Order: sequence, then C-alpha cells, then structure tokens
Amino acid sequence: MSETAENLKQLPLGGWHRGLGARMVPFAGYEMPVQYEGVMAEHIWTRSEAGLFDVSHMGQLQLTGEGAAGALEKITPGNLSALAPGKIRYTLLLAPDGGILDDLMITNTGHHLYLVVNGATKHEDIAYMQAQLPDSLSLNHLEDAALLALQGPKAGAALAQLVPDAAKLYFMEAGPFEWNGIPLGISRSGYTGEDGFEISIPAAHAVTLANALTDLEEVRPIGLGARDSLRLEAGLPLYGHDMNPDILPVEANLSFALSKARREEGDFAGAEQVLAQYPDKAAKLRVGLFVDGRQPIREGAAVVDDSGATIGTVTSGGFSPTLQRPIAMAYVPMELSRTGTAITVEQRGKKIACTVADMPFVPHHYHRKPKP
Amino acid sequence: MSRYFTDEHEWVEVEGDTATVGITDYAQEQLGDIVFVEVPEVGTELEQGDDAAVVESVKAASDVYAAVSGEVIEVNEALEDEPGLVNSSAEEDGWFFRLTLSDKEELEELMDEKAYKAFVDGL
Repeated sequence: MSETAENLKQLPLGGWHRGLGARMVPFAGYEMPVQYEGVMAEHIWTRSEAGLFDVSHMGQLQLTGEGAAGALEKITPGNLSALAPGKIRYTLLLAPDGGILDDLMITNTGHHLYLVVNGATKHEDIAYMQAQLPDSLSLNHLEDAALLALQGPKAGAALAQLVPDAAKLYFMEAGPFEWNGIPLGISRSGYTGEDGFEISIPAAHAVTLANALTDLEEVRPIGLGARDSLRLEAGLPLYGHDMNPDILPVEANLSFALSKARREEGDFAGAEQVLAQYPDKAAKLRVGLFVDGRQPIREGAAVVDDSGATIGTVTSGGFSPTLQRPIAMAYVPMELSRTGTAITVEQRGKKIACTVADMPFVPHHYHRKPKP
Repeated sequence: MSRYFTDEHEWVEVEGDTATVGITDYAQEQLGDIVFVEVPEVGTELEQGDDAAVVESVKAASDVYAAVSGEVIEVNEALEDEPGLVNSSAEEDGWFFRLTLSDKEELEELMDEKAYKAFVDGL
C-alpha cells in the first residue's frame, strides 16, 4: 500500500505538530513530524538540553497471564523470567529460523509484561505472537495510548518539575506514576544515547502533557529526522534498515541481547541457527564506519573489494551533527570488521574511503544505577 | 540578463551563452541543513535532464538534474568548505555551476520568476 495522504492514519498529536509548524511526512502508515525548526538544530538541542519526541506510532502491548515471561522466551533470547518488577529489557523477536522480526523493549510491571515494538512491524508482531503464544495468555494492543519520549541531559530535571518521583528512576527502570490525576507509565530509556524517558499516556491527555513539557524552557519538540541522526550517532540499529528477517542477532552485533542463561538453554526460536554464529562465527558483522571527506554515504550503497565486487552493504548513513562528519552502519565481512580497518564504499559510481569505527560514535550518557 | 526556473526547483541565470545554475530558496528550505554538494566536473557535457549534481542534507541525498544542456565551465568551489551557503544564499552565493548553453531553445520550456512563484504557491 502506498502511503498517500488519503490512507495515512492520524496520531493523537497530529494537530499539535502541525500547529507548531512541523513538516509532516508519511511514516509507518501515519502522518508524522519529520522536523520543526531543522534537523541540525533539533539534534544539537537534544544533545545539550531536552527534546520531546512523539513516538505514538510504536506499538504498545500488554501480555497478561500466568507464565507470560516463559512463553515469550520461546520467541525471544532475553532472560525474561529473571526480569524483576520495575525493570526493562531490550530484546529481539525471532522467527523460527532465528531471523530478526523486530527489536523491542519489555517491562515487567509486576502485573503483566508491557512491550513496546516498532510502528512499521506492530501488526505483524501481534499476529506472530498470537500464533506462537498459548491461548491462556492475553495480548492487548494499547491503541488508545500515546507514547512520548523526553531525551537529553536536561530530561531528568525537566520531568522532575512535573513528576518528581519519576526522576528517581535509573536507566532501564520503569513504573506507574500520576500527573494531575492522569496515569502515566514512565520508563527511563530511549533511542538517542542520552538520558531520558518514554512516557505512555492515555491519548486523550497527550496534548496536555506535550504542552506542559514544551512550556519548560529546556524542552523543545523534535522530529523524526533528528531521531534518526541521534540514534545513528548512538550506534543504535533501526529495524527494517540495520536489521530484518534475513539477519541473525550475532551478525547484527546484538549478541548482548542473547542472555547467558538462554544461550545455555538454547530453547528459543531459531536457537540452533543463532547460536551457530555465537560468539564470533558469523560471516559478516554490522559495524560503524567513519567516512572520509564530507559526503555522506547512504543506505543501499555497496561495500566493495579492490576488484570492485560487492562484499557488503551500507544499512544506515548520514551526517553526524555532533561530530560534523559523515558516519554510517554497514555489514562487512567478519575479517574486515576490526576497528580501524579500511573499507571502500561505492555510491553512484564513486568510490569513497571509510574506516571501521567503534560504536557508539558519540558516547552514551545514561542515568545508570550506581554500582553498590 | 534573465532568470529562468524549473519545476524541479532550479534556477538558471542566463547571460549571453552562459548559464549559472542553482537551486531555489524554496528547494533549500525543503531540503533543510545542507551538509555537502557534489557538483559536476568542469568539462562535463550535460544533456537536459541528466544528473548534474547531488545535494546532501543531514538525512537524505537529492539529485539535481540539468535544467539545460551544455558544457560545464565553472563550479562553485566555495561549496566544498561551506555547503551551508546553499541554505543561507540559495539564489546568489550558493550557485552550483556555470555552463555554456548548447541549445538556447530549451530556455523556452522554463518558467519566468512570476510563473515559478505561482507554481510554488500552488504546492
């Protein structure tokens, strides 16, 4: 289905974005803001102050019932049975052959599991989970909830002015809160590499909260354009670009999502194929690239060898506003994946020199719980 | 001296047989922060409609097609160090390249400033 204006769905904050002068674009079947004042300014603002992102297109799901964590472990490699109430885990939804169907965040609320999945894949995810999970569990799509992300070094101070207790959360912790009688599900997590929060709120109250947050001097609305450049600098892969059903977790450089207990049990979907690559037996690997010169390389550009033969692919690429140079993510042969290795990328017939770089490109600044 | 416009949001300033080409203020506004401009090499023979240049913003690359045919005789070297000139001065200092027109009749297909303004207002 083509994303024409006629069949685009509206999100709870659609009118709010337009009122602020956002440029709206089709994304994941919705009309969404790509930028307000400009990608560069919004990116830099988020890295130095706090940005408010509308990510209501993402799927918010509730999985309820006895044994929910154990059942979900059949299709994810995360140690969900060990996930304590109030804690969040990043994991992957795996196909029977181990291919990555989605990446997602799972919170143990104490009553149920709360899942946040990608907007473009949420309907397929729901269908797959319903087919794979026992009928005794109920999977509820929270379609009447909006999701806002508040990200940046001043996010904690900003949110503390509205919901003081939420600022006590550490990275990858979540809890239920209330603001002016409105229930909020708040997670200390995000997709920018900065400290920040993701706030689930009934759709009817989303505009009120968005206004209250952007009324704060340190908070500005940020569009999808800067969301993409921020996550690229943070080395965070984007589903449908850096991961897809033909890619396995280890080659995607996401081995950290394969918990030790689950590797030993080896009982998740595609475990045989996935573990055959673990820890360093994949033929290719997702790496970061520094690009020589000023010209960005883009998704789809080929990684080539000296003879010009294609040996890999660029899956994300853009200009880093923080580093003021082009950066990218690419799949390269394992033997060329070491940091510092010279790589050649061909784009529109032109060869561009690159170097394998450590990720994140820009250090993460998470609000981690101090080690005891 | 007269200035023409295309529906691809390029401007062409003609003086005798020489044309200076750039993108319009409307185009730079749509593209956002420009971080790189790939201009053609001097000596390139462009046919109308050929890929002539690439404009890179933070997020995406956009092709610039040759609005008219001709041989590239000069490129804007300043864009190499300061691609943001296209944002700050799209229709003056942010020009892309100059060419010697090989078919002045092609200009008749282009819009004048008034027609282009009406075209943009209708978008």
